Amino acid sequence: MHLAQLNVAHLREPLDSPTLADFLAALAPIYQVSDAAPGFVWRMKEGDEPTDLIQHDYGPMLVVNLSVWESRETLWNFVYRSAHLEVMRRRREWFHRIAEPYTVMWWVPEGHLPPLDEAVARLDLLRAQGPGPEAFTFKDFYDSSDAACLPAAAEVTK
Amino acid sequence: MTSDDLESMSVLGDPVRRALYRFVAEQGRDVGRNEAAEATGVQRTLAAHHLDKLVDAGLLEAGFRRLSGKAGPGGGRPAKVYRRVREERTVSLPPRDYRTLALVLAETVDLLGGEEKAEEAARRAGERLVASDAASGDLLEVLRARGYEPYEEDGRVRLRNCPFHVLADSHPLLVCSMNLALCEGLLAGLGESGFAARLDPRPEECCVAFTPSKNNVD
Repeated sequence: MHLAQLNVAHLREPLDSPTLADFLAALAPIYQVSDAAPGFVWRMKEGDEPTDLIQHDYGPMLVVNLSVWESRETLWNFVYRSAHLEVMRRRREWFHRIAEPYTVMWWVPEGHLPPLDEAVARLDLLRAQGPGPEAFTFKDFYDSSDAACLPAAAEVTK
Repeated sequence: MTSDDLESMSVLGDPVRRALYRFVAEQGRDVGRNEAAEATGVQRTLAAHHLDKLVDAGLLEAGFRRLSGKAGPGGGRPAKVYRRVREERTVSLPPRDYRTLALVLAETVDLLGGEEKAEEAARRAGERLVASDAASGDLLEVLRARGYEPYEEDGRVRLRNCPFHVLADSHPLLVCSMNLALCEGLLAGLGESGFAARLDPRPEECCVAFTPSKNNVD
């Protein structure tokens, strides 16, 4: 099994405002780090440019990021043990604080590249029911063996 | 503290074991029996005996690796190697539990959105730490004394150990940011302008590195 992760962030200002210039400029170097990181499998792309953010139906002020990794450790090492950490420290300059969970993880069969609606359903599940084998976080993590035992793991996204 | 921790510590009562433990810990990588024996000046069989005692006590962990670097036939039999375990052992007599409270406080900072204040407090704490520790004015000495296990690499000072590991694991963004601020405070308190503290995290190490200021291009 591979580990999928969705992040959502609520912009403080529109993407074309000066406030967001550093965020957009940070995308190219950070994607270089992620795409070359050990354990990186896939990330959803909208276009060839790093600043081509994923299009979705949740409004212009929401930025989403969806990727798949080989393990918790490899994802953790990219998120917190790489140049990504420094960029993440500046998140408050660019994004609103939100009380709800803004990131979710779940296990996917190897080779499965989750569509955005599947990812958003997992986030909704985490927000509605708290962490469980089908939708969890680094802090409340569930192993792939927990997810494999679920009778209808594939049905969750419906 | 558990009785296990106390027992682990008592294994270090032997000076040869202490020397072997220190040597393995300082290397930050797998260490073979021969190498450990040579470094501590004891016979290989004696070193092996004590290294295995340290494994039994949960202070080191052992694995097997071909030290020749050659794989496959002709690479030789894999050698037993040792490294320090990541989990810390804490002995406090009488028992004290600062970890649980620190975790609760970190959670509180998150709930309050108080990251900036926490970083300010950490910076001041760093300054105070060296002010009260006036005996040593040297950055490396201070880092060593605070458990960071500094080492030099390409002109930078990197830190092998994260003294806040449990907290950094549960609240990485907050704790790494506070640690950076604390290190900046140490520099300020020392009046050290030759180095700047930067976030440069790597797996298994501290998130902060010190870069020579004059080479800064930022």
